[in-house]
Amino acid sequence: MSRVDRSLRGAAAIVGVADDVSPTGELDRFGRDLEVAMVLDALEDAGLTLADVDGVCHPESAVGFAEYLGVHPTFVESTMTGGSSYEVHVEHAAAAIAAGVCDVVVSVYAATPRSDRTQGRRREWRRPSGPNPMAEWDLPYGLRTPMGPYALAAARHMYEFGTTSEQLAQIAVSTRQWAALNPRARYRDPITIEDVLASPLQVSPLHLLDCCLVTDGAGAFVMTSAERARSLPKPPVFVLGAATCTDHMVIGQMPDLPTTPGAVSGPRAFEMAGLEPSDVDVLMGYDSFTITALLHLEDLGFCKKGEGGPFVADGHLGPGGSLAMNTNGGGLSFTHPGMYGMFLITEATRQLRGEGGDRQVAGAEVAVAHGSGMFLSVMSTAVLGTEATL
Amino acid sequence: MSTAEASPSRFEPPVGVEGKAFWEATREGRLLVQWCTSCDRGVFYPRVFCPHCAAGAGALEWRDASGRATVYAAVVEHRPEAAGAKFSGGQPYCVALVDLEEGVRMLTNVVGCPPDDVHCGMAVGVTWEPLSDGRRLPLFEPVGGSDGRGDGGAAS
Repeated sequence: MSRVDRSLRGAAAIVGVADDVSPTGELDRFGRDLEVAMVLDALEDAGLTLADVDGVCHPESAVGFAEYLGVHPTFVESTMTGGSSYEVHVEHAAAAIAAGVCDVVVSVYAATPRSDRTQGRRREWRRPSGPNPMAEWDLPYGLRTPMGPYALAAARHMYEFGTTSEQLAQIAVSTRQWAALNPRARYRDPITIEDVLASPLQVSPLHLLDCCLVTDGAGAFVMTSAERARSLPKPPVFVLGAATCTDHMVIGQMPDLPTTPGAVSGPRAFEMAGLEPSDVDVLMGYDSFTITALLHLEDLGFCKKGEGGPFVADGHLGPGGSLAMNTNGGGLSFTHPGMYGMFLITEATRQLRGEGGDRQVAGAEVAVAHGSGMFLSVMSTAVLGTEATL
Repeated sequence: MSTAEASPSRFEPPVGVEGKAFWEATREGRLLVQWCTSCDRGVFYPRVFCPHCAAGAGALEWRDASGRATVYAAVVEHRPEAAGAKFSGGQPYCVALVDLEEGVRMLTNVVGCPPDDVHCGMAVGVTWEPLSDGRRLPLFEPVGGSDGRGDGGAAS
């Protein structure tokens, strides 16, 4: 059987979502309290209960979290790829459900970096075990992470293709226009290209407003089989295609800085879905930095490699434009607790259910959640669709 | 070669099993590159096998690099305090990926010119900064003048 014959297309669906963010950037819950609340909210949204859960995803320890929940899952998924972890969880959960490993999967995220700081809470930070090439070969040179590697990619993209700071800034401007429509977004006031360029340089060529926020945030999603999904109260959001690729971990090992492994995961996910970028109604493309979103547009095939700058410059990514990108306001203006990929899933699901409120993209049938993890290291693409797309 | 004193503010790299020969050679100001004799390609960072052709450790040897390199991408850290880097004395500094003549790419700092002057395609050569234990950290500087458009000769 060929790879395409073993496709996951339509085998599983997202049936429940929840998230918690605040315009203040801070939440009053944290840790397990927040994680459990998200799981219970997402299950309620799905019309299911903890007793239905037989699959648990958590990027730190699915086993420990399952124990805390008091469930005994037959599928545990602790894949941690940074910000793309939750797109990977969608892919792996769909595969597990399709293979009969489990039936109802929950994935959860909660991080409160902002209130941890203001409340003086100590943050757990796990040192990587084993040899660490980053410490030996990178850390002496003071490349700030995560920003520095993205700045290097931006610098190289500018050199090869003539991309400008103004073009990158337009992404922040268009994304802020979406945030203005989202009452839960951290920042909603309009900004201009000039505002972005006047904000302090961090690691050149990136300015402060080219960079994502640091906020508290949490979320969860629930997935089950397509068959069971149709018996639940909310319209199912089907996984039409899913794929992941990594081609490096530390930035010096990235084969080609202007080309991310999304150039592999994107086409594979579209192939599985039987769709093209032109079929996409909502693109949720992880915007850790403006350059990240620009690279996604090229690597996913919304424009050719190198043409991302002119593609974004006319502002057609904003409300009313030809490509609705990051309709929640993105990591740039909505929320970014660290591993933002969860919010790509929750927003894509809401758009496909028609729950987008003022920012709803009319008639949205196909959404893409494209996660970026670590240092442009791990890209994971989930093509999602309504019943009509099956 | 730099005659600067060891900078206590520089993060000093640990030495992994694979990197031991590299770091020992820096004591003599020698820049080594691991080389695969099976596929005739450079390997960086050092490994116990060749990631290009999967040859075993027996196919890997250390060769002296020319020290000449070309800047692949360069950025300037404008907030050294946010990066936790004290080695620049609070001044903006350049971090770059450079492609060595031997075909491997490494992260480094380009020094010896204003950080904003470093650009993609610039010719640079190795220079050394002492570490506290006698090892030296390879940095790079423009060759043939601060615009890097020199004769391509080694800097040191």
